[in-house]
Amino acid sequence: MDRIILHSDCNSFYASVELLKRPELRGRPVAVGGDVERRHGIILAKNEPAKAAGVKTGQALWQAREKCPGLVILPPCYEDYVKFSRFARQIYFDYTDRVEPFGLDEAWLDVTGENGAALAHEIRRRVKRELGITVSIGVSFNKVFAKLGSDYKKPDAVTLIPRERVAEIVWPLPVTDLLGVGPATGAKLIGRGIRTIGELAQAPEDLLRRLLGKNGPALQACARGLDASPVKRPEDVPQVKSVGNSFTLPRDMTCRDDAARVLYVLADSVGRRLREKGLMGRQISVWMRDSSLFGFQRQATLPAPTDATHRIHEIALALVDANYRWGRPMRSVGVSVSDLCEAACGAQLDFFTDTAKSRRLDVLEEVGDRLKQRFGSRCLLPATLLAAPELTGFDPKRDHVIRPADPSPGEAAS
Amino acid sequence: MTHVTMIARFAPDGTVTPLTLCWTDGRRYEIDRVLDVRRAASLKQGGIGLRYTCRIRGQIRYLFLDGTRWFVSDNEP
Repeated sequence: MDRIILHSDCNSFYASVELLKRPELRGRPVAVGGDVERRHGIILAKNEPAKAAGVKTGQALWQAREKCPGLVILPPCYEDYVKFSRFARQIYFDYTDRVEPFGLDEAWLDVTGENGAALAHEIRRRVKRELGITVSIGVSFNKVFAKLGSDYKKPDAVTLIPRERVAEIVWPLPVTDLLGVGPATGAKLIGRGIRTIGELAQAPEDLLRRLLGKNGPALQACARGLDASPVKRPEDVPQVKSVGNSFTLPRDMTCRDDAARVLYVLADSVGRRLREKGLMGRQISVWMRDSSLFGFQRQATLPAPTDATHRIHEIALALVDANYRWGRPMRSVGVSVSDLCEAACGAQLDFFTDTAKSRRLDVLEEVGDRLKQRFGSRCLLPATLLAAPELTGFDPKRDHVIRPADPSPGEAAS
Repeated sequence: MTHVTMIARFAPDGTVTPLTLCWTDGRRYEIDRVLDVRRAASLKQGGIGLRYTCRIRGQIRYLFLDGTRWFVSDNEP
């Protein structure tokens, strides 16, 4: 028997929540945007009238205003989004215990054995009545097509994609609509003339393997409707896959010294958050972007997991050194640690490492953590940070940075 | 949105029942009867919460409990 999977997507989630709170703005073009003064000035979400005027998520606020002169830009209120997200999930849990959230505004539900269409409409109506926002819901026999369905018609709509209508509904869609096909993969496929999901489904497997590695056949299986991944219960989803922080700086970094200082602040936050959660990680990633959003991301895998600030900082800086020559100033930077394990499970010692020294550094960090917990993140700093206070005067551990609502699987839970 | 003062009964089972609505100008209204309780959004007032459909002096009014704060709406679909 086919499974019955729903994918529910809150339409223009942040903007809808803000509009519910501000009835007088309904019908006008409205967007939720970051803080211009701190150069977080991008569009995080927009309503339908703003979208119709050409406002796009991720656009700079000034670009959006140029496109849409009457645009009302509201600041984000993260607590409200968490609250509405929780209420939406409570509604989903009235129908099944298999609810897998995907970011704040999306979730899959496995309702196998039920009437999927009827349930989808009931959920759609309840969310509208109880939360005052709308959802679009896709109903299909796997997660990937259910998600396509929720994108197919919105807002406040239900789209059914049963097996017998896949060729008619799914296959003509652009290949970039498929979950897992991002801009890079999409460009590669389109470069080989694979423009639709149907063409991906019918492409020669060896071509896809050459083009995309093992991901190629996996994506093709999704295009053919063979995605068998289960809807995970909340307790089956690992709480955290990575711990990371990133920051858009008030002024650009122009040299290695700048990067070393900013990376220290980020590594300190990531390290402390890891230690608080009792986690360690083996993979360290660093990414940087300039003002044209050109950038790179590199990662290194360590022989043994770590939660030490100095170690994260050292590796992150080494990655920057190995990959960037400071041809252009850099505007934003991030550090994350993934491939996590519980710190309590012990670590493999290495014959050649000076364990006494690293033990001393661990003790130092423990003391630092306790001081910072009592007196704030900036009570104890390496002196080098004082040379560029404008770059290092932020506290990523305390400040919650809101990004556009486009989570990808395995995204940093920062 | 204007929040109001409410006198309410907190029962041992956790249910909350509004008894007297104290309007912003100081007037008090006894709640004669609670006709319905459900989660709902108030599109008119711009909020969500537990909506109590109440009869007050012969009129139907909607009292919303959002967290620990109350607001009132006079017509909701």
